[in-house]
Amino acid sequence: MLFESIKMSWENIISNKLRSILTMLGIVIGVASIIALITIVQGATNSINQQITDLGANKIMVSTMGTTIKQGLTDDEISQISELENISGLSPTISGSSAVVYKKDAMEDVSVQGKNEVYFNVDSSLLKSGRPINRLDIESKNQVAIIGNNIVKELFYGINPIGKELIVHGTTYKIIGTLTPSNEFGLESNNDTVIIPYTTALRSLGVKNVSSFDVYLEDVNLANQTVKDIKGALYQVFNQKEDAYTVFNMGDMIESFQTVMSMMSMLLGGIAAISLVVGGIGIMNMMLVSVTERTTEIGLRKALGATPNSIQIQFIIESIFLSIFGGIIGILLGALIAYITSTIIGTSFSISTGTIILAVGFSAAVGIIFGYAPARKASKLNPIDALRSL
Amino acid sequence: MSEILNMETICKSYYMGEEEIEVLHNVNLKVHSGEFLSILGPSGSGKSTIMNIIGCLDVPTKGKYYLSGLDIESYDEVALAKARNKEIGFVFQSFQLLPKSSALKNVELPLVYAGVPAGERRERAASMLEKVGLGDRMRNYPNQLSGGQQQRVAIARALVTEPTILLADEPTGALDQKTGNQVMELFEEINQEGRTIIMITHDTNIAKYAKRVVHILDGYLTE
Repeated sequence: MLFESIKMSWENIISNKLRSILTMLGIVIGVASIIALITIVQGATNSINQQITDLGANKIMVSTMGTTIKQGLTDDEISQISELENISGLSPTISGSSAVVYKKDAMEDVSVQGKNEVYFNVDSSLLKSGRPINRLDIESKNQVAIIGNNIVKELFYGINPIGKELIVHGTTYKIIGTLTPSNEFGLESNNDTVIIPYTTALRSLGVKNVSSFDVYLEDVNLANQTVKDIKGALYQVFNQKEDAYTVFNMGDMIESFQTVMSMMSMLLGGIAAISLVVGGIGIMNMMLVSVTERTTEIGLRKALGATPNSIQIQFIIESIFLSIFGGIIGILLGALIAYITSTIIGTSFSISTGTIILAVGFSAAVGIIFGYAPARKASKLNPIDALRSL
Repeated sequence: MSEILNMETICKSYYMGEEEIEVLHNVNLKVHSGEFLSILGPSGSGKSTIMNIIGCLDVPTKGKYYLSGLDIESYDEVALAKARNKEIGFVFQSFQLLPKSSALKNVELPLVYAGVPAGERRERAASMLEKVGLGDRMRNYPNQLSGGQQQRVAIARALVTEPTILLADEPTGALDQKTGNQVMELFEEINQEGRTIIMITHDTNIAKYAKRVVHILDGYLTE
């Protein structure tokens, strides 16, 4: 009996092809937008998450604004902080900007950063070729430089830059390495940067103090304590002026970023769900029209022995069919849209089974909910009235 | 001959707004197995109402209706649907075939609701179509058949469940005289095989094919 109902529903859908397709379209659009939006947001979240994690979840970033008396941290103060507990390494940054010259070619406004060996130890993928800055470079304030990808392209087109001499801020540096090109959309681009030992930078860039540094943790779980310790040390260094420095924990940032993204995902999914409800109303509308149109048929079926139940089941199955088919097409379409979009914007594409189950469940529910009222109406039709309506 | 239908002082009223209108007054009718009965009356006489009650499409307001010896008063909607399926074979004036199903599928339909498995259904429907002379038209759709052929399909559909009563409502109303007579001849044949037929009509020429004629006028039934 159930099989017969399914067959009859199917035959009816087939015999009203155009109308069935138009009705399904509402569900297709609803499900496709849910799948596409959630998948795209998920992909973007994963990509950005990855980038942040690459920067280091185990990292605490400290920057100082300084006071009029004390503008930054001295070398000694830096090494004092680096001896605090739970710190695996400390990487100071000295930032400046200068023109760089190779032979007769110059490049304006290049970011010059003083770093130490920790910076390269933490992320070995930073270096594309050559060697990193090492402890010896720091101690003997060597005039060596590692250059970013854009500088390679601009000044050393077709030439291997390693071993060449580069003039930065009037001083000659020997190029010892090049940096891996970083994603233009990334949070931190290295492409226009020259990196030199920070001790060298302190001497030659005319900067007297270290104004910012990154601290790498041994154990991320103890981050809060370490942040407290660092703040304590800075509090003393800056003579109890709390607004002279900020301490920023990357782990916190990742957490708040994830909260924002999951809220965004829910918000977009919610908006898409509204379109699914609209699609459901479309199904209900069509089913009601169909019931009215087939009043005589329903009457006849009843005269031939159809029980109210079997009529109701037939109509509900029809509605579920429409919404499930719409749902399946919607999933495929949504996945395709998400795939194309993520390829274009360069985020990762992965569709979760949870999302698919959600979409299928949602569309089946729409079919049952919005098919129920018309099916009920059909089953309640009085066979005499129904037959007379011809 | 056993009694298969017994109506005892049946009344049926409808409400038109506040007003109650009785359309059947104390109808008494007994039908025995193998009869060919015609209920003859003009339009508005209450003959559709009596057909609806006989066909279990409607229930009387007052009185008793025994079908195959069972009082239908206790029947709920599901039991009425089962009774229609098992006891009654309907033939309508306008054939009432499903336009998007083949002749064979149309004839199979009541067997679907009887829960007969697909293979047996096909077999029974096909042999019934053979019997009404449409063995070569099984795959045709209603719009590919003439009026007379469509009514034959409808008759095959009515007979396929082997019902107690073949209940026909103006079966020739939509046909020309010649095809109408052919349909009536088919009815005679079916009756000769022992099937009970109750036919509702306003046409005396058609009514005379029946072995027994009762008249209905203004809700009163007379032999």
